[in-house]
Amino acid sequence: MRLLIVEDDAEAAAYLVKAFREAGHVPDHAADGLEGYALAQGGGYDVLVVDRMLPRMDGLSLIRSLREQDDATPALILSALAQVDDRVKGLRAGGDDYLPKPYAFSELLARVEVLARRRGAPASEPTTYRVGDLVLDRLAHRVTRAGEEIVLQPREFRLLEYLMKHAGQVVTRTMLLENVWDYHFDPQTNVIDVHVSRLRAKIDKGFEHAMIHTIRGAGYMVRDTAR
Amino acid sequence: MIQLADPAPAGGQRLLPNLFRTTAFKLTAVYLVVFALFAAFVLGYVAWNAKSLLDDQIRSTIDAEIQGLAEQQRLGGIRRLVQVIERRSRGPGASLYLVVTPTGERVAGNIEALQPGTLDRPGEKEIQYARSSEALDQVNHAIVRVFMLPAGFRLLVGRDVEERERLRVIIKRAAAWSLVLVVVLGCFGGWFVARRVLKRIDGMTDSARSIMAGDLKGRLAVSGTGDELDRLALNLNAMLDRIGELMSGMQQVSDNIAHDLKTPLTRLRNRAEEALRTAETPEQLRAALDGAIDEADGLIRVFNALLMIARLETRQISDSMAPLDLAEIVDGLGELYEPLAEEAGLSLSVKVEPGLSLTGNRELIGQALANLIDNALKYGKPEGEAPATVEVTARRVGDMVELGVADHGAGIPEADRARVLERFVRLDKSRSKPGFGLGLALASAVARLHGGAVQLADNAPGLRVEMSLPLAPPAVESPAVEEPAGSTSPPKPAGFQSA
Repeated sequence: MRLLIVEDDAEAAAYLVKAFREAGHVPDHAADGLEGYALAQGGGYDVLVVDRMLPRMDGLSLIRSLREQDDATPALILSALAQVDDRVKGLRAGGDDYLPKPYAFSELLARVEVLARRRGAPASEPTTYRVGDLVLDRLAHRVTRAGEEIVLQPREFRLLEYLMKHAGQVVTRTMLLENVWDYHFDPQTNVIDVHVSRLRAKIDKGFEHAMIHTIRGAGYMVRDTAR
Repeated sequence: MIQLADPAPAGGQRLLPNLFRTTAFKLTAVYLVVFALFAAFVLGYVAWNAKSLLDDQIRSTIDAEIQGLAEQQRLGGIRRLVQVIERRSRGPGASLYLVVTPTGERVAGNIEALQPGTLDRPGEKEIQYARSSEALDQVNHAIVRVFMLPAGFRLLVGRDVEERERLRVIIKRAAAWSLVLVVVLGCFGGWFVARRVLKRIDGMTDSARSIMAGDLKGRLAVSGTGDELDRLALNLNAMLDRIGELMSGMQQVSDNIAHDLKTPLTRLRNRAEEALRTAETPEQLRAALDGAIDEADGLIRVFNALLMIARLETRQISDSMAPLDLAEIVDGLGELYEPLAEEAGLSLSVKVEPGLSLTGNRELIGQALANLIDNALKYGKPEGEAPATVEVTARRVGDMVELGVADHGAGIPEADRARVLERFVRLDKSRSKPGFGLGLALASAVARLHGGAVQLADNAPGLRVEMSLPLAPPAVESPAVEEPAGSTSPPKPAGFQSA
């Protein structure tokens, strides 16, 4: 995956470039807004990671300008401003995700990978998700594993749906809270873990291979380990 | 460049220019002009009245004389008339007489010279004349009446108005003097009043300056007369007291913050140090680093919460107030925390009155309620026979919505209930559990931002936290940020009701 990091803090940028490279991606770096804008216009990036406050051209203007030229490259905004209204402003400017500083790199990586995947995905979502012998039918609201039906609560269904939609990708706890519950605040405790372990009890109990995996220090992933 | 405005003239040296600039002096000057005009009007009115009174008197005297003379003429013709006039002219007094022949020669009377043309027509007029007995160059004023006598003779009867003239001079002089007096006394009075006011204002300015320079205990002097300057000083003093309270509050808060953040930082440092000293395998080092990251994440959360409280308190949430459905938030959070409650051995019950809608920020209200529920799950485990339940309720009370979170745990003693709403206040019993004592403070700040409040009550046994929010939208500014033209709408702003 090719990504462009627009970040004026040299140390933070060097860390990001190194970390993304280690994760197997190809990052480019721009040190200010105008340079970033020029590089992004050149195209060919899967995801833009844009700091909100940049010299010469701020991050929001950069994204807004790109969107005005019908450039829909997914963009993630990094910001030291973490208040609710800042987030809304970032998304309104055309950003696709918003991550307040300081962030965990695992969180950033997971979000960037989800954004990149979304870009390649077909416009309409499939009606059925399939991971190994686990099948989720979005229209019938039915989940089966190895042909056996599993009864899920509506929220458990949405949780599994999100995990399966991003099968093979790390999904962080915050991403789950944001996308499944639509909450953008700190729940104080490990609420998500409890929900995932309940879901896991229904999906994986009694089966040889686990579907829902905990990724240490990052989050969860649905993956078929049978093969 | 020439400095035009003199920012702060030293009190004594520049008293006069300062004086002219004072409001008191300007007011005095205006009143002075008004008062002088008024005095002039009153004096003029008196003078005019006196003059017409005198004129009337003079006229009636003339009338009486004329009646007498007419009687004489009727009895003895012109000859008799002339004789009477000659006699009367010799006597002292202010009466004037003159009889002339058709050719204009004087027959009798006490007038030597007349304004030319006076005798041409009959009737009353005011003239200048010279008395025969006096020097010709002394001209006097008189009111006279002229009559045509038989055979072309003409008669003039009049009265000198010197008295009236004298009165006029007196009044004129009085007017001049009173004007001078009014101006002098007015100026002096104005200067006196202005100087008094200026002195007090200068005193207040000096006090204010010394307070600004750091003497925060200083207060403005109050004279005790209860006038407007006193009221101003009292109000400014009250304001200074309030600022002082706020500053000491802030001092305390920052002391608390420093103190409370030191503990986890120390823990973080110790953990790293210990790992350096004792860890032998990469796994041990890794575990220590994981612990350090957890500790750092905790600190970041504390800072986020602190920043959020600070921003809520200064009302820096400009956007994102929108109509919202309370049932959705409460039910959603109930469902989110239900497994956690079960894990803690508690049952979570949610009761929401239908149709509760209010204007607010979904994230903030959600965060506040999440904090309350989280607290109840942490501290709400009953010790005795009480049911192991946590009740979350939303109901309408008057024109407020009351969000209640009630548990049957140990509760909070009444004396501590107000205190725990402050930042970093943790009761001794809770010190062993994780947390920083910011949850209630944040909930309270959210409630206040929405025009409500958080109250703690006894749930006998246990604690009942009530967050009341106004049903009707509070007058908090919520300017909708314009959707920039041409931008694609964000893919998942669903967390925020778009304004």
